[in-house]
Amino acid sequence: MGTNRNGNEGQGKAGNDVPLKVVGKPFRKVDARGKCTGQTKFADDIVLPRMLFAKLLRSHEPHARILSIDTSRAEALPGVLCVITGRDLPIPYGILPVSQDEHTLSIEKVRFIGDPVAAVAAVDEDTAFEAINLIEVEYERLQTITNIEEAVMVDEPRIHEYGEGGNVHKKVHLEFGDLDRGFKEADLVREDIFFYEGNTHLPMEQHASVAHFDPDGKLTLWSSTQTPHYVHRALSRVLEMPAAHIRVIATPNGGGFGGKSDPFNHEVAVCELSRRTGRPVKITLTREEVFYCHRGRHPVLMKIRTGVKKDGAVTAMDFESYLDGGAYGSYGVASTFYTGALQTVTYEVPRYRFRGVRVFTNKPPCGPKRGHGTPQPRFGLEIQLDKIADQLGLDPAEMRLKHLVKPYSVTANYLRIGSMGLGPCIEKIVAGSDWRNKHRKLPYGKGVGLACSSYICGAGLPIYWNSMPHSGVQLGLDRQGGVRVQCGSTDIGQGSDSVLAYIVAEVLGIDPFDIRVVTADTDLTPVDLGSYSSRVTLMTGNAALQAAERARELLAIAVAEKLSVPVLNLSFAERRVFDVENPETGVTFAEAVVLAESKFGTIGTVGSYTPPRSPGKFKGAGVGPSPAYSYSAAIAEVDVDPSTGFVKVERVWIGHDIGQSINPMLVMGQVEGGVYMGLGEALMEEMTYRANRNVVHKFPSLLEYKSPTTLEMCDVKTYLIEDADPNGPFGAKEAGQGPLLPVMPAVANAVYDAVGVRIDEVPITPEKVLSALREKAKGKEGRFGPKSVPDVQWPQPLKVLTPDEGGDGREMPSVAVHS
Amino acid sequence: MTERTKQKAHIEFTLNGERVEAAFAPHKTLLEVLREDLGLMGTKHGCELGECGTCAVLMDGRSVLSCLVLGLDTEDRSVETIEGMAEGGRLHPLQDTFADTGAAQCGYCTPGFLLVAKELLKNNPRPNRDEIKEALSGNLCRCTGYIKIYEAVEMAAARMRGEEAELPKESIYGYE
Repeated sequence: MGTNRNGNEGQGKAGNDVPLKVVGKPFRKVDARGKCTGQTKFADDIVLPRMLFAKLLRSHEPHARILSIDTSRAEALPGVLCVITGRDLPIPYGILPVSQDEHTLSIEKVRFIGDPVAAVAAVDEDTAFEAINLIEVEYERLQTITNIEEAVMVDEPRIHEYGEGGNVHKKVHLEFGDLDRGFKEADLVREDIFFYEGNTHLPMEQHASVAHFDPDGKLTLWSSTQTPHYVHRALSRVLEMPAAHIRVIATPNGGGFGGKSDPFNHEVAVCELSRRTGRPVKITLTREEVFYCHRGRHPVLMKIRTGVKKDGAVTAMDFESYLDGGAYGSYGVASTFYTGALQTVTYEVPRYRFRGVRVFTNKPPCGPKRGHGTPQPRFGLEIQLDKIADQLGLDPAEMRLKHLVKPYSVTANYLRIGSMGLGPCIEKIVAGSDWRNKHRKLPYGKGVGLACSSYICGAGLPIYWNSMPHSGVQLGLDRQGGVRVQCGSTDIGQGSDSVLAYIVAEVLGIDPFDIRVVTADTDLTPVDLGSYSSRVTLMTGNAALQAAERARELLAIAVAEKLSVPVLNLSFAERRVFDVENPETGVTFAEAVVLAESKFGTIGTVGSYTPPRSPGKFKGAGVGPSPAYSYSAAIAEVDVDPSTGFVKVERVWIGHDIGQSINPMLVMGQVEGGVYMGLGEALMEEMTYRANRNVVHKFPSLLEYKSPTTLEMCDVKTYLIEDADPNGPFGAKEAGQGPLLPVMPAVANAVYDAVGVRIDEVPITPEKVLSALREKAKGKEGRFGPKSVPDVQWPQPLKVLTPDEGGDGREMPSVAVHS
Repeated sequence: MTERTKQKAHIEFTLNGERVEAAFAPHKTLLEVLREDLGLMGTKHGCELGECGTCAVLMDGRSVLSCLVLGLDTEDRSVETIEGMAEGGRLHPLQDTFADTGAAQCGYCTPGFLLVAKELLKNNPRPNRDEIKEALSGNLCRCTGYIKIYEAVEMAAARMRGEEAELPKESIYGYE
């Protein structure tokens, strides 16, 4: 357990090894009361006088040229105030600088069913809905591209005019170390193919936005977004307005999970409609539209070739991933790199090659969902390790424990590992689940499976290149003892507002509920890049820690002078500042602020956080580095009915290396929620398409898109491992995404233990289990999964010597050798 | 041309213990009447098709999905929403335990869960875990994995029976 602050770069030095009063304690969230009384204001709860309502007309064609749009009938409808189409907003945008491929409303063509083509503002929602149905669009149909294989083979028509030719968006080829040598040294080389079906975030809150131009011509947008800073940038660009005249307020998100991280069509459209009408404009998406916004898990096909010694030590790994990106770029380039980035951070992988390709298809765009690009490869990798252990006659837990990556080391692909608590995670769940008496020992139909994983605590690099901090915090101290903390971070339910309050309260010795937290408002708060990549606790936490330490220092100087005691003797606790050697000698916190304000003037401090530089210097080294990595291990126990193929997950034991819990109860909630979402991905959740050339979403509804209810959710036994990381605030690491990752492969491995068949793709549906059981009954392999990968022309590899080979993290000069 | 004249219906019903009058277009659902005509934004919506439980309210003490009830059907009946759950400034025990356990993460599904749980505890003051799961099976939550919600309901049930109840240590810190 950490008992003092472990801030970065000299932060936390003022701590006198006093026991923690707030950090590590199960406080209520600062916004809990509002959420339990229905008073939290989500975007759709905002109502302004004379507000109009907007609707988007979405394409029912999956791929077509727009020949004409006739809006005259809509415009003539009483109650309609404005209709806009693509040509009204010609500037493209996109979350990544390399994929500025979206328009607010389609101009030349539509790329998927649901692509917006026109927007209407009317006096009420019914009128707006009626109006969009009066808009006539003439389309010229184009051939559709429906899946990875087709996208690789069919070059024309192109969905986009950029990328790597045809319908290929991005190709990556990175090679770390001498793969041939690694495979030669191996006692066993396995090659396996896996498929991970796409699925979606399904936040309970549908996206909503309200735009309003002030009388002075400045724009405010309230929106359910996880990334107000990036929305701010996109609006300035598309609306051709100075950013200084735009204010973006991210309302509390009713669930995000990555699905509200892009700038969206509807967000820009309401701003333009408000500009044109001079009235506030609101839009709330229907549930069906939320499915079209998507940006969810990429469907990924994977081929993994791994060489191992007899004891399971990996000698080389060759990983290929094929991503179905859907109709737009979104975060896709980053997603592609992520499918190849984190294979090396759990077990020693001395030599590693990654080839990845992302294609465009005429389906809703994929993007970042909880775990962003890493659950798919983790699924394949952890099942393959289970197969390897089986083949070598090793216990899968023992085999993993033996080859863990070393803490404070650098991997073959130049990721710097900090604290590494995976070993204790495995040991805890193995003991807790009675693994040794269950694995391969339960009766037919019952089984256990194990898998591990790791996740970043914040991306090491920002989305657009710059050398500024990733997170900033401003602190204001009121002379009556009030403290205001301002930060651009966005609470999406994970508790980031509370984390700010807890950390400031800890440092200043006050109650977290004394603090006023102001977040996610581009006018009032310094930039935080957003609630993605599990970055908020670590980055805003460090920024808050720095700001609070600075305020504490000012207060301490003033109080020390008043009390005539050395500054280092002062302790901050229970709303007092006092002499540790003589606790009665002290002042109240409010008095301390008065003393400081008298001495220094108004008390306000700032803090900011910039991640450390990554040791990787090659092109593509930007994805994967993080200030710290969290670790998780899970064991699933399943009951498989061989007559129906139905899989019931009875229980999951999960160990999570959190570094240090800022609030253990909220960490538990994140872990349990991660297991839940992983369970859904393992067993039932899928974005599937049908009809009209396989591009009509099959289930754009909460009823038909199956997600676990209380009746499907399993028991969860959680173990928290606290191995403080020097880069985390108080040693804290992430909990929001990592614990999802091991669940899917643990379930797949448990199904094998139960009935002896391998389901090498998710979701693991009864049909797939039955099909594998039938195969097995016929004396065949007993496997359900993909059998081949498409033929892709890979680019020349970018070769980097590993640290063990004496590499310096830079690309080797290219030599004309074809492998 | 579409006929634009709308005739508003005008009804009276009891809302959170108070008699109210409301005038609204007759096709509106109770969800819409609450949010749009009465300004009570505590009732949320996740689908407006009766699929997710988010908009649940109590009508004559029974949980209903307000997106599937016509506003007109509430005439002379009694409706309770999240806004009516706390008494004065004091939270209902369920609201307290939901807040204290972290059962509300994003908080969007929370009003629906709270009202359905209230109905459960009225009919069954000592529900076991399976009965809680059954009662809440029509409400979807994407954040919590439901576990903290069960624990909050159990704690509130115990407190409402006059028993002392705290969250077990392993629910806060994990297993040893």
